Amino acid sequence: MRRLLWPAVVLVLLLALNVFFTPSFFSIQVTEGHLYGSLIDILRFGAPLILVSLGMTLVIATGGIDLSVGSVVAISGALACLQISEDASLFTAVAAALGLCLVLGAWNGFLVATVGIQPIIATLVLMVAGRGLAQLITGGQIITVNSPAYKLIGGGYWLTVPFGIFIVVAVLAITAFLTRRLALGMLIESVGGNAEASRLAGIRARGIVIMVYAFAALCAGVAGLMISSNVSSADGNNAGLWIELDAILAVVIGGTSLSGGRFSLGGTVLGALIIQTLTTTIYSIGVPPETTLLFKALVVTAVCLIQSPSFRAKAFRRRGKVPSAGPAAEEKVQVTA
Amino acid sequence: MIAPAPVLTMSGIGKQFPGVKALDGVDLRLLPGEVHALMGENGAGKSTLIKVLTGVHPADAGTIELAGAPVAFASPLEAQHAGISTVYQEVNLCTNLSVAENIFIGREPRRRGRIDWKRMRARAGELLARLELSLDVSAPLSTYSLAIQQMVAIARAIDIEARVLILDEPTSSLDGDEVEQLFRVMRRLKEEGIAILFVSHFLDQVYEISDRMTILRNGRLVGEHLTERLPQVELVAKMIGQELEELERMHGEAGVFDRPLVEARELGRAGAIEPFTLTIHEGEVVGLAGLLGSGRTEIARLLFGADHAGTGEIAVGGAPVALRTPRAAMNHKIAFCSENRKADGLIPDLTVRENIILALQATRGWTRPVPREQQDELVGRYIKALKISPPNPEHLVRDLSGGNQQKVVLARWLILEPRLLILDEPTRGIDVGAKAEIQRLVAELSGGGMAVLFISAELEEVLRLSHKVEVLRDRRLVAELPNDGELTTDVLMETIASGGRAS
Amino acid sequence: MTTLTVGRASVPTKYLPVLVTGCLFLAMFVAGGIRYEGFASGQVILNVFIDNAFLLVVAVGMTFVILTGGIDLSVGSVVALSTMISASLMAGPGWPPYLVIPLVLVIGSGLGLVMGYIVHAFDIQPFIVTLAGMFLARGLCYTIGTESIPIEDPTFTAFAQARLDLFADMWISPSVIVAVVVVLAAVYVLHYTRLGRAVYATGGSEQSALLMGLPVARTKITVYTISGFCSALGGVLLSFYMLSGYGLHAVGMELDAIAAVVIGGTLLTGGSGFLLGTVLGVLVLGLIQTIISFEGTLSSWWTKIFIGMLLFAFILLQRLFSARSRR
Repeated sequence: MRRLLWPAVVLVLLLALNVFFTPSFFSIQVTEGHLYGSLIDILRFGAPLILVSLGMTLVIATGGIDLSVGSVVAISGALACLQISEDASLFTAVAAALGLCLVLGAWNGFLVATVGIQPIIATLVLMVAGRGLAQLITGGQIITVNSPAYKLIGGGYWLTVPFGIFIVVAVLAITAFLTRRLALGMLIESVGGNAEASRLAGIRARGIVIMVYAFAALCAGVAGLMISSNVSSADGNNAGLWIELDAILAVVIGGTSLSGGRFSLGGTVLGALIIQTLTTTIYSIGVPPETTLLFKALVVTAVCLIQSPSFRAKAFRRRGKVPSAGPAAEEKVQVTA
Repeated sequence: MIAPAPVLTMSGIGKQFPGVKALDGVDLRLLPGEVHALMGENGAGKSTLIKVLTGVHPADAGTIELAGAPVAFASPLEAQHAGISTVYQEVNLCTNLSVAENIFIGREPRRRGRIDWKRMRARAGELLARLELSLDVSAPLSTYSLAIQQMVAIARAIDIEARVLILDEPTSSLDGDEVEQLFRVMRRLKEEGIAILFVSHFLDQVYEISDRMTILRNGRLVGEHLTERLPQVELVAKMIGQELEELERMHGEAGVFDRPLVEARELGRAGAIEPFTLTIHEGEVVGLAGLLGSGRTEIARLLFGADHAGTGEIAVGGAPVALRTPRAAMNHKIAFCSENRKADGLIPDLTVRENIILALQATRGWTRPVPREQQDELVGRYIKALKISPPNPEHLVRDLSGGNQQKVVLARWLILEPRLLILDEPTRGIDVGAKAEIQRLVAELSGGGMAVLFISAELEEVLRLSHKVEVLRDRRLVAELPNDGELTTDVLMETIASGGRAS
Repeated sequence: MTTLTVGRASVPTKYLPVLVTGCLFLAMFVAGGIRYEGFASGQVILNVFIDNAFLLVVAVGMTFVILTGGIDLSVGSVVALSTMISASLMAGPGWPPYLVIPLVLVIGSGLGLVMGYIVHAFDIQPFIVTLAGMFLARGLCYTIGTESIPIEDPTFTAFAQARLDLFADMWISPSVIVAVVVVLAAVYVLHYTRLGRAVYATGGSEQSALLMGLPVARTKITVYTISGFCSALGGVLLSFYMLSGYGLHAVGMELDAIAAVVIGGTLLTGGSGFLLGTVLGVLVLGLIQTIISFEGTLSSWWTKIFIGMLLFAFILLQRLFSARSRR
């Protein structure tokens, strides 16, 4: 639980900042049977990022990284919209899109686990080519669709609550179930924590890694459906652009180490919410929207520095001492010698 | 023989680590132009002594004099500049760079600010010629064998006006010819007056190359001897030490074991262990005795499918099987507690409970989690049975002491109820109490019908527990001795030292 | 492939990835020449240089970082920031180019220096640090202005539009000269200075480099600084090319740069690769675009798919070689 402390503190600070500037920030109204309010907006607009980050969490926990999720977001939205624009049923469209995402994810996993390519390069291939694939599907156009049923996924409401929130809760519940109720989470952490020891304990890492990449792509696919449904169109070029970076940040802010091992789904949700709240905050406290990224860079740097043990050591204990290569170098020598 | 003045004298060296006294009043002196072997089993303090000498760790007590002047190095680099160079077991060079560069990087010859490649290659060639080597110095180091890489490391070391050259287990991954080549180089350097500190676990090599030796045990100096005056048996006795009290044997009667469980025939792996034949029966404790690096762990890994065997076959319960992965071995109810808990055993970030049920969970797959009640019951039972402390299943395993970590790994395999349990140095680095507990457990388990392959550097322990002892030396299984009451540590030592020739 | 088995294996293996990229480039050029009229001319190749001079410079910086085993995601944003700073300083207060350009280069190098320091001192992965740098630089762009700012400084535009005539009606832009000078300087640094060799050593094995007494910390900080400098210079070249400063310039250029480096045969794990490979990588990327523009009917997204496929092919090739040489 202590690992969730810092992200939680940051989130609370951000929310407090909002209330300070906009006292009505926490108020939620029901208009025309729909919930409205800043908090609802954060959840609604943050939903795709949360989804992508959940998948990314598991990938990172195995010691990997998935750069291709942004492209997968675009592909999923593009294929679904193309199908719907060709009068396919909603079910066919969604199934086709998610099915393709699963295949793409399994491809990533295959490259990493079976061929043994570094995750960052293996997924770079699909990141670059996938963007082209998405545009190929849309024919370079923006496909607009007019399907109320499809609109529900990302832009609709159900029981006064934005439907996307239900999807996020459902995916979070499924992920939590798979990883924490079933044993998937422990095996993932084991593989990411010490691959050789896991092998000697009889864990078949290959299947797990492939599954995790497929799951990440599936999450990205759902997020892609949400994003394209919200705007009722598919843009192969811009949908999900850079969402992989935000997702990686959300995971890291949530306290999961990029080197793999222990992961925290709750932390990741917090991390994604921080990133989304940041955007909202910037609007509500009147910072010009142009500086969103600047603000984001500062918060990200601060959170990462706070979580870095060597930063804490330098900032709090050895104040006044010039940081040098000495200690780190010596530690490494000890390990090998 | 007139002894020249020592080039290096270390006296009264002490070094304390949290919880361990790694070195206590150790003396070492090196004469110019000699090969001096530093001997001792694991944990004897050899590496710590080298690290204190080369400035990796500061000494807590004692003095170091180099050519008569007191020195204290702050880093290996400083030691290097003073003429003390170290070549480590795993070659610490950059294999992506050329041979010449590896010798000169950081002090490349330059002309008008730019690296003078031509001169660098020429000088590298000359230097290697001094070691009687002729290589293509512009080829990447990775194209050469480990032995050659070792020589290049030595070439790099002696180019810095070395007075003392430390070779830390340089031969552990070399084959016979390569060792000969290395020895030629060492003799050559010796003639040039360089003092060489040589660490090796291979007794034959030590006797072939060294002039004198210093023996350490448990961080203390046992003695300094001229190699030719110290018989091998005495050396082994000094390294291993002997407890004075007569040992009770913990195993029951050396009964008749007639139901073979695991049979290995001519099983071997190039560079790791020469083909061996070994039969382990149900309920039998088989001890593996031999010095470090003699192939003990390699046998264990082959029997567990952790490495692929190059030759031979294995049968379990009479039927031939292929143990290609640890999982395959686990399906045949073989379990393996590895020697290196940190690298091959524990998942440090996970809790005690998770570490204990890991192997059981692996055999069930992720879709069938071990029910929480069953987990708690199993983990609770083993925490109690093995006295794991703190007895908190949710404690992170990284925060446990070495002995308790070992018990966690042991518990992981015991809940699988294996038919053959391979224990590689299960009592190393843990306190006396925990050691006795683990020994008692092994005796109990074999009493219950489980076969145990027990590997330990401590001969008393092997004798106390085993029904028969397999003796290893220099990566060869040299003898199988029944533990029939006439077998003593002396006989074992004799066998290790002589390579089975005596018995 | 036969070069592998014939004669001494080592030398060909080392240069093989570069050789493959070179052959690929030639093959593409020949195929293009057969297929399209007017393709097989020197000017087509020169145009690839002219249109990609900035990418070449950026990729050179990226090569340094990747050779040490790191990565720099901030390059695209720093390029954009440089165009933005140059344009706004020349348009607003009317600073002369000879003040603006050095300032931009100092800012870029400074950003790189800070990122390198954070990577080294606080042990945070380069990926995350340079990602934050990417946001920071892009954010600074938008803070300066969200609109495209045209550059009208006469000296600047004159330089940008200058054509250096070569023989036989062929010409290049001054940017190409700058890029070539950068490449040559980088080759010199990598192969004839201790810094360059420390870069390779660090990428080969950081631990060994430390034990051999090399200044690993300084090397790591330096490569990020070099990358920052190259990005800033790339930004200056891009503002010559675009004659404007814009926060949305060079979006995703970090990926092009990484792709060029990987296609050029440099291992992302560090320690192995040549600048010549990077140059060829950039040329291959440029030639793909040229071919697609010659084809006319092929849409731009095929570029991405082709680049993705190329990346895949090269990664597989490298994987094959590293598996072979590690035996």
